[in-house]
This record gives sequence, C-alpha cells and structure tokens, in this order.
Amino acid sequence: MPNTINIPTPLRPFTDKKESVEVTGATVGELLADLTTRHDGLRKHLYTDEGRLRNFVNIYLNDEDIRYLQKEQTPVKAGDTLSIVPSVAGGVW
Amino acid sequence: MTPAAAATELSAEEIKRYSRHLIMPEVGIDGQRKLKESSVLCIGAGGLGSPAAMYLAAAGVGRIGVVDFDVVDFSNLQRQLLHGTSDVGRSKLASARSRINDINPHVQVDGYEVALSSENALELFKPYDVILDGTDNFPTRYLVNDACVLSGHKPNAYGSIFRFEGQASVFATKDGPCYRCLYPEPPPPGLVPSCAEGGVLGVLPGIIGVIQATETIKLMLGIGEPLIGRFMIYDALKMRFRELKLRKDPDCPVCGTHPTVTKLIDYEQFCGIVPEPQSTVVPVTGESEWEITSTRLKQRLDAGDKLFILDVREPNEYQINRIAGSTLIPLGELPRRYQELPKDQEIILQCKMGGRSQKALDFLRTVGFGKMKNLKGGILDWIDKVDPSQPKY
Repeated sequence: MPNTINIPTPLRPFTDKKESVEVTGATVGELLADLTTRHDGLRKHLYTDEGRLRNFVNIYLNDEDIRYLQKEQTPVKAGDTLSIVPSVAGGVW
Repeated sequence: MTPAAAATELSAEEIKRYSRHLIMPEVGIDGQRKLKESSVLCIGAGGLGSPAAMYLAAAGVGRIGVVDFDVVDFSNLQRQLLHGTSDVGRSKLASARSRINDINPHVQVDGYEVALSSENALELFKPYDVILDGTDNFPTRYLVNDACVLSGHKPNAYGSIFRFEGQASVFATKDGPCYRCLYPEPPPPGLVPSCAEGGVLGVLPGIIGVIQATETIKLMLGIGEPLIGRFMIYDALKMRFRELKLRKDPDCPVCGTHPTVTKLIDYEQFCGIVPEPQSTVVPVTGESEWEITSTRLKQRLDAGDKLFILDVREPNEYQINRIAGSTLIPLGELPRRYQELPKDQEIILQCKMGGRSQKALDFLRTVGFGKMKNLKGGILDWIDKVDPSQPKY
C-alpha cells in the first residue's frame, strides 16, 4: 500500500507542481528513494553528492522528526505520511 | 515580565480602552499591567511585523521596538498594513511610528533605523523581553536566533512565509529548542528556490504575524500553552494547520550542551553569501563576452540584427511586461524544451533582473549552444533605459 509524501511549496517545481506524491517502501529511506526515482530533479535538493540527507532538509514521519526515530531506517506502516520540511526564507518582502 | 513595578497604574482612559481584556480573569488588571510593563522588539516592519506590531500595540504592550531601515514602496502595500499609500517613499520606521501611535498613544515606540548585525544585535535586544522575528533572509534569521540564545534565552516569536504557506514557532526559550536545533545550517544559496517561484499571498502574513503576536502576549502574561517545541505549518490554499514536534538538540551548536557558537559570527559568510563585486544596485555599464546591456541590445535591434530573444520568466510575469518579439520558455521548462531554440541565431537571454537568465545561459552552454548573451539587469533595466512605457513589478 502506497504512502504519501507531502511536498513543500519550494520543492514543487521538481514534482510537476504536485503537492503530494504516492510512494512505496518499507522504510523512510525507501520511500525517499522511490520519490527521487520518480522525480529525479529533487535528488540534489534532498541529498548531498555523497548520498547523505542534507541537513537543511528535515523529514518528518507523521509529526515526528526522523532524526529522533531511526532516521532513514525508520520503518513505515500503512497510512503513515512523510513530510519534507525545508527551511524557508520570506517575511518582509 | 520585568519585576512587577507596583507603580504601573492604568489610567481611567486605559481601563476603558482595555475593558475587553480586563473582564477576562486570564488577563484582568494584573495581566494588563504586565503587558504595559513588557517590551517586544520587532525585527522588520514588513509583512509579519505589520500585523504583529499593530495588534501588540492595541493590546497594550508598553514598549515596542522596531528595527528597519527600509523605505515604503508601492509593492509593500499589498500586505504591509503598517504603511498606507500616502506613506510611499517615507521611511518604514516613521510610518510604523505614526500608525502605532494612532492605534495606542500609551505605547512607547523605539525606532532603530539600522540593519541588524552581529555588532549591534546583543545591544539592541538587551532592553526587550521578547524578540519577534519577521525577517526574510537566512543570515538575519540565524543572527536573530543566535542572539536570542546568547542573550540568556530571550524568546523568539518566529514566523516565516512563502507563497501560500507559513511557519511559526517560539524558539530559544530556556528549555525549548532554537532554530538551529531544527536547521543547524542554512541551504546554500544555489539551492534556494529562484524568485520565479516567489511571491506571497497578501493575507498570509496577517495570519502568521498574528500568531507571532499571540505567542508574544501569552509569554508576557504567562498563560496558555506556548508554541514552544512545536512547529506550526499553515497552508492557506488548503486552509489547514499542521503541527510538527520540535526537540531541543543536545548537539545544537548554539543551545546544546557543548555549544561551539558562543558569540555572534559573520552570518553572510555562514550562509555562503559572498559579497559580489558588482551587485544589482550598481548601475549596469560594462559588458563581458556573455553579456549585453539594454542600450546595446536596443542599438543592435534597431540596426536590424537578427537576434532571438528568449525570456525565461514565468507566464504571469510575461503578462506584466515583455520585450517585443521575445519568446517565452520558463527556466524550469528549458531542459525539456531547449530544442525549440534556433541553432544558427544569436540568442539573447533575459529574465526580471538577470539571475535566472544567467542560469539558463549556463545550462544552454552545457547542451552545446555557443552564441548567447545575458541581458544585464533584465527587463527592469530594459524598462529603465529603453522602454519606460512598460510597468515594473
């Protein structure tokens, strides 16, 4: 059963403007791998050249930061939602 | 929040003014006195600072500081309600001061017409109980965060907006997380979405700025559950709030158990922003091999040169203004549409100010295009120098 990944506004240009993407996998890492396979343009925004998640991109499984779970090895179950929460600038202008 | 000065009395006029607060036991006379004794420093009198400062003034916060060195522009009026049409051209501080004084003359307004910097931040923050971050850029955001932590954990009522989406939290309290617990480092400038995807719905900062003001008042009164350790994300299109958990990171470089940042640093450098020798404010004059000025482009068009003008902005921008005869292919579509471009004709690339078209030029070089020039200063410079009949945005 697919899981949903919420795509934040700044990254939607790389998902054909889609707000969420359906992906499959058993862990957070697998869901993200499926996402970047479907939308290759996202890869450099999420991962460093060495394949590590960038540290200005936070991944939440439901309402919890995966850094405080088992990071990319965190298992996912049906109905879990993943959210990408990047830092966003914007305020005065 | 300063030790209750018993002397803080409310006048008959103030009692009338705050009556809807006074009849609520959660505020009451004591709470209203607390607000009067409290102070907040708004970083920026823009989209977020406007609603925040206005509501905080109306609520009776005794002292409101405002840091801003900008001048009111027409493009601010769509969302920055501190400023009105008659304020265009006036300093934002002057405009903010008159608006706040009009809402509530009992408020002391302190204006600081400076850019917040590592040199002045700690000093500026000193007299204030709460810092309200309404900044729009990463260097200032990290500066505000670090300065709040280093000022002995001054609460930072934080907000940020982008298009239809806003974020809010309270950072840097003694036991709560700070912005760096969430984002230890900023994104490199190259990975920040381009201005093509920018813009903001005018009402959005109203929601987020008022959340910041609400949290400020709750902190001052010591009531309710503050937005500490929680990250609120608001989506205006879906009209939906989501809440994420935030934790204090023991390894946080500023507020962790072994901090590595113990004084304010160079935040421009930290955010990878290298000062450019020629910024956009410098008049566009010279040309290099890959560049052309507006004036020169006009001369060449007048002389009958066959140039292919490629506009890489978004269609809604193209609707506002354009160079006659130009072809629109948004930057994001270029990788799959570049074959539509002529191979045998010189291409002039152009966007709003020259940034996106430079990226387009770099990309086209990688796929074999050679005869190209980037229009320096973009359509804005073209309008200034060649075609003032068109509107700017």
